[in-house]
Amino acid sequence: MNPLNASTVRERSGMRRRDFLKVSVAASGGLLIGFQFPGISPLASAQARVSTFMPNAFVRIGTDERITVIVNHSEMGQGVYTSLPMLLAEELDADWTKVGYESAPVDPKYNHPAFGMQITGGSSSVWSGLEQFRQAGAAARAMLVAAAAQQWNVDPASCRTESGAVFNGSNRKLTYGQLVGAAAKLAPPEHVQLKDPKTFKLIGKPIKRLDTPVKLNGEAVFGIDVKLPGMLTAVVARPPIFGAKMKSFDDSRARSMAGVRRIVAVPSGVAVIADTFWQAKIAREALQVDWDEGSMQNFSTSQMMQEFRERAKSTGTSVRRDGDAAGALANAAKKVEAVYEVPYLSHLMMEPLNCTVDLRPDSCEVWTGSQFQTVDRANAAKVAGLPNEKVQLHTTFLGGGFGRRANPQSDFVVEAVHIAKAAGAPVKVIWTREDDMRGGWYRPAFLHAIEGGVDAGGNAVSWRSRLVGQSIMAGTPFAAMLMKGKDYDPASVEGVDDLPYAIPNVTVESHQAEINVPVQWLRSVGHSHTAFAVECFMDELAFLAQKDPYQFRRQLLLKQPRHLGVLDLAAQKSGWDKPLPKGMGRGIAVHFAFGSYSAHVAEVSVTDGKVRVHRMVCAIDCGQYVNPGIIAAQTEGGAIFGASAALFQELTFENGRLQQTNFNTFPVIRMNECPEIETHIVESNEKAGGIGEPGVPCAAPAIANAIFAVTGKRIRRLPIRMTEAI
Amino acid sequence: MIAFSVNGKLVDLDVDPSTPLLWVIREHLGLTGTKYGCGMAQCGACTVHINGEAVRSCVAPVSRATGKAVTTIEGLSADLSSPLQRAWLEEDVPQCGYCQSGQLMSAAVLLREKPRPTDDDIDEAMTGNVCRCGTYLRIRRAIHRAAEMVAKEGTL
Repeated sequence: MNPLNASTVRERSGMRRRDFLKVSVAASGGLLIGFQFPGISPLASAQARVSTFMPNAFVRIGTDERITVIVNHSEMGQGVYTSLPMLLAEELDADWTKVGYESAPVDPKYNHPAFGMQITGGSSSVWSGLEQFRQAGAAARAMLVAAAAQQWNVDPASCRTESGAVFNGSNRKLTYGQLVGAAAKLAPPEHVQLKDPKTFKLIGKPIKRLDTPVKLNGEAVFGIDVKLPGMLTAVVARPPIFGAKMKSFDDSRARSMAGVRRIVAVPSGVAVIADTFWQAKIAREALQVDWDEGSMQNFSTSQMMQEFRERAKSTGTSVRRDGDAAGALANAAKKVEAVYEVPYLSHLMMEPLNCTVDLRPDSCEVWTGSQFQTVDRANAAKVAGLPNEKVQLHTTFLGGGFGRRANPQSDFVVEAVHIAKAAGAPVKVIWTREDDMRGGWYRPAFLHAIEGGVDAGGNAVSWRSRLVGQSIMAGTPFAAMLMKGKDYDPASVEGVDDLPYAIPNVTVESHQAEINVPVQWLRSVGHSHTAFAVECFMDELAFLAQKDPYQFRRQLLLKQPRHLGVLDLAAQKSGWDKPLPKGMGRGIAVHFAFGSYSAHVAEVSVTDGKVRVHRMVCAIDCGQYVNPGIIAAQTEGGAIFGASAALFQELTFENGRLQQTNFNTFPVIRMNECPEIETHIVESNEKAGGIGEPGVPCAAPAIANAIFAVTGKRIRRLPIRMTEAI
Repeated sequence: MIAFSVNGKLVDLDVDPSTPLLWVIREHLGLTGTKYGCGMAQCGACTVHINGEAVRSCVAPVSRATGKAVTTIEGLSADLSSPLQRAWLEEDVPQCGYCQSGQLMSAAVLLREKPRPTDDDIDEAMTGNVCRCGTYLRIRRAIHRAAEMVAKEGTL
């Protein structure tokens, strides 16, 4: 049977499929009510058949009073469909209950102002949008005011705005909707005055998220939910080992199975295209593929880590050199050395990778949860053989991103366009959870060897870090831009290259490992491992100096007021000086990442070798902030993300094959394991920093240090196994 | 042909009876609120009700629904009037939102069976539902809040 889906509603409405998105935005008809378009809020999609005024790329105002904010960052849970509209609505003096969101198309005018491409990453959406969205709102407001002043024949300066209307004197009022026609005839202002932060009504308040309602009744459209008339579904048999190549395949059984349309070789493997996902998946199981296993067939992570350990014994590329770390170490009263190891990690977004493509002779439409629109569109266009402007990429909701959906090669998009070429119909490529986990682009495994020493007075005098691991940037089209001429990858050493402690002799060295496992940024990138090593080693130094770990850090951060601010706040709110019940221990960590300062105190118990995290107290200083409700959510979520990695997660390879395939072998914290988490935000007028990632790095070291406090054993390898504690 | 009801509507489908209910709901019935996350009853994103019982639809063959009443997130209430949805709104629970259909459907069964759940009850009922964004604390608060609403209003 033909799957009956909501797309048939569109067919009946008589619209051509390719016009679907355009029409839905411009004049969605009555038949479509109740159908949620990808990336468009109900308020925005209901903006039907009304005249609208679009003063700039970021806002559209309708005669129905609705304000649609066009958001150039992807919503993957971090709240940009709320925080960025808040910025615009603040300066516009909009009625917040009338504000909706819409995902931006791919266009240079939606480029990230700092990165020059359309991308969501680096915890940068709010700080990079701060000026952009406030300016856009202020410019729109100025035009509406000018239009009203013209109608009343008064000086615009004598008008005021509030809650979606312009006022003059005590009895004159025109709503923004009433001014749409007149404002549209005016030229945008060259300069606008932004509000004094003291007058903010929205910014700084815990405003509820705009995208919550559609996430509670099934309306929200994620990439995997996209439906097109006549759409087929594909799954791909991909190589079992990185670098393996398909030699031949036998589809004699699979191709006659129910619903199977085509089975075709694509560069990434063999695609099975069928009417439905389940038919494609069952047929893939009947497919016989003969692989040339290639050079990685004997690859094992245990052997790789052994090689890393050997490599760490030699001098690496110099990243930082203050004073003479080796000389100071030789003269130190007490010394300690530790080797920290972290594994490959999967992003494990709840929504496995997927991409839908409708390829025509002269056009290509792509629907996916992308974090990297400029690059994804360009890569899709290359495979489609079309110029960029003939390719439309629609950003849906992302069921988690964590960096995986910003792939420099656009792996999941490129593959879908290849399959679309063979499908002869719109096609959705769905990765199973196992496909997603085996698909590569992991957080790289790292080894971090540190030596340090204190003098007779217990002062830290020497620190030498040596890191071994794969570069994320090397070999990508962005290596030149992001490696900035350095002979090491900054993403490998971020978080230790800027060691903030007042230690006079510091050396940081990097060894770049060349391994054919594709690696990529994962939430908090290099900080996800450097904070673990640095903050655990700080605890080792404190112990060596016989000092309290909090006070020891404090003394070395006296010239770092923002580090100190979060450290003190976390210590104070956790009751650092108060005793804990027997069997419980406290650990502390502090870290700077993505423009923000973070400190965590973890409370932990260990019973029969099992670690339980009871409470985490998080302090965050992200400078000027927009929505404290979202900051608390991101900080909690970041702590849980970091704690999941610390407690459970590891990808290992044997004979080139990944050993973990699903949630049962790559677990995450669940409800019954979730600690109490408190978030305390530092009030600050400093430049805005990030919030999506800074909550992650401190979780692992705070937990590991708490384990030491309660057991006297050091954790030097993640995930934490008490049997490996030292 | 396999006949059952979905959110109160009768459906009669010509589909391989071994197909997981999840994919029938998503692809044949077009109800995409129910999500695929793991395919092996590990994450709970696909949770629906069959005759009021929480079921991981990714491993339940559609034949299991024969003659029964299936409820999906779309059937919980489209207008967000259920106490659970209102509590989720008040606590602003979702981040990416992908797991929340399953979380709500699991919570609905919990509240029916234990109208005033303890934290331990919540642990027991909700531990099969993974949230990668880490919204657990808000989910816990929202369940307690919904329980209070149900106690006051008398209906789930």
